[in-house]
Amino acid sequence: MTVIDVSGLDHKTINESLRRADGECALLHCCGQRFIAAGMSDKKITIEGIPGNALGAYLNGASIVVNSNAQDQTGDTMNEGVIVIHGDVGDAAGYAMRGGRIFVRGNAGYRAGIHMKAYGAKSPAVVIGGRAGSFLGEYQAGGVIVVLGLGSDGQALVGDFPCTGMHGGKLYLRTDRLTVPFPNQVTARPASEEDLDELRKLLAEYCDQFGLVLDEVMNAPFTVVTPDSQNPYRRMYVAN
Amino acid sequence: MEREGQIRIPAGCAIAALVSRDGSKTSGEAITNAMKPMRDRSNGLGGGFAAYGIYPEYKDFYALHLFFDSRDVRKGCEAFLKERFEIVQSEIIPTRKIPEITDEPIIWRYFVAPLQSQLKSAQLDGDEFVSRAVMKINAQMDGAYVFSSGKNMGAFKAVGFPEDVSRFYRLEEYQAYQWTAHGRYPTNTPGWWGGAHPFGLLDYTVVHNGEISSYDANRRFIEMFGYKCTLQTDTEVITYIMDYLLRVQRLTLTETANVIAAPFWSAIEQLSDAEERARLRYLRAVFPSLLITGPFSIVLGFNGGLMALNDRLKLRSMVVGEKDDKVFVASEEAAIRAMEENVENVWSPAGGEPVVVRVKEGAF
Repeated sequence: MTVIDVSGLDHKTINESLRRADGECALLHCCGQRFIAAGMSDKKITIEGIPGNALGAYLNGASIVVNSNAQDQTGDTMNEGVIVIHGDVGDAAGYAMRGGRIFVRGNAGYRAGIHMKAYGAKSPAVVIGGRAGSFLGEYQAGGVIVVLGLGSDGQALVGDFPCTGMHGGKLYLRTDRLTVPFPNQVTARPASEEDLDELRKLLAEYCDQFGLVLDEVMNAPFTVVTPDSQNPYRRMYVAN
Repeated sequence: MEREGQIRIPAGCAIAALVSRDGSKTSGEAITNAMKPMRDRSNGLGGGFAAYGIYPEYKDFYALHLFFDSRDVRKGCEAFLKERFEIVQSEIIPTRKIPEITDEPIIWRYFVAPLQSQLKSAQLDGDEFVSRAVMKINAQMDGAYVFSSGKNMGAFKAVGFPEDVSRFYRLEEYQAYQWTAHGRYPTNTPGWWGGAHPFGLLDYTVVHNGEISSYDANRRFIEMFGYKCTLQTDTEVITYIMDYLLRVQRLTLTETANVIAAPFWSAIEQLSDAEERARLRYLRAVFPSLLITGPFSIVLGFNGGLMALNDRLKLRSMVVGEKDDKVFVASEEAAIRAMEENVENVWSPAGGEPVVVRVKEGAF
């Protein structure tokens, strides 16, 4: 295991050190350095301190564990790998991601999962343990977003305008009580057995990361939100 | 160099603030540290700070900070000031020569009180009189620019990275109960000393990250009330909107936030509280031209506190944290951790949700 004290180092130096290291790395005293592990494929990285924006951007198979909060654009356009955040995550987590997993123990800021997409065997997932801010899953085109609301004490699981512009993928909410309106182009319904099977697999991995009991997490009603059709916005534009 | 209107520069910014609710004072060191992890958010074309409570020995006088292009301009401007104000102290603002900051203008400060005879004949209060004098200098006096004009506070700004601007102005030598800071990455306008943040009028200062799309609508409206937008920059117009709503229209901070970052009509209609619905409808109906659209996160500083606010869609990031008597605001949590490693209650306010912090009465 390579241990790097990153105090005072810029993102370029940190990423060069990471690329030179073999296998497992720990970054200590991180304070806002951006682009950590960008594009990396074969590393296991643990971060102490606050990583900067675009943590794991274009990640291509590496795994990252953050033992505190993370900032904005975590996993921007990531392709493969796992990012685990033990605290909260800032805005636009999973921005345009196309593969891999982001697991957040706490809350997510605005626009989590914005423009997530899926193609062929690639299907990304973002699981948020607490609550999510407004514009959750904005323009979602594929993949899965899950909001668990653990410890939410009756507060709304999602902020305003969820699923705006959604045209693919799935959103799971661990509740049967929707507190905000959803757009006309999506449908919210109770999760089916098939849905719950899919969810159980994903949450098994999630619970493993955080030492949670899967059966307790699953023991609640789940709502599924999907777009009405493959192209729900067709009638909003002129055909040409 | 090319000024506003002659050049458009495409581009982010960094903001930070630190306030003690007890009014206890700190040097400029902590707020400078906040800007270091956010260096990538600036490009060296502007940095600045506002400090509150720094001139206790002159607390009853307006502290005017000015940039001059030449000695002649300064002499002319001083003659203008002497006709209107009693100048109790005038001095060069102390700076430190460092290689990172170059091409500095002549930088002076004046502690002034409006002449009673002038106030009487103009039938104005001191604040309005000072505000008009500032507008006159900035709009009409070529080569002179007032960049700070409040009592017992001051803005310090330059072309450079914020941490260098802090060293240049020797901010470690000042003691303030509240600091705000900005690192600039200019969008649209070139970086020059006057265009750096904070923008200020009287004791109101604004640091801003974003690019508002309502600039011209806001400018046209606010210029009807005597404000002159000389810099084509959105932060200047935000500062004048704050002054107009808070000082002239006497709105509260929350009301001001409800005007500039008004909730959507759909959100207002969904409210169950009829009185609140009516209040928000009223504010949107009376000040439609002061709705600020597009991305912004701002910290408004004033004597005795601050307000942090995001645009209603929250298109920019902003984090708040607390520790003992201190409240911290910044574009990134890392910046807060750089000021106070053991910060508590870190949260991100929702879009349009004002965070108001006031210093204990009598402590500033």
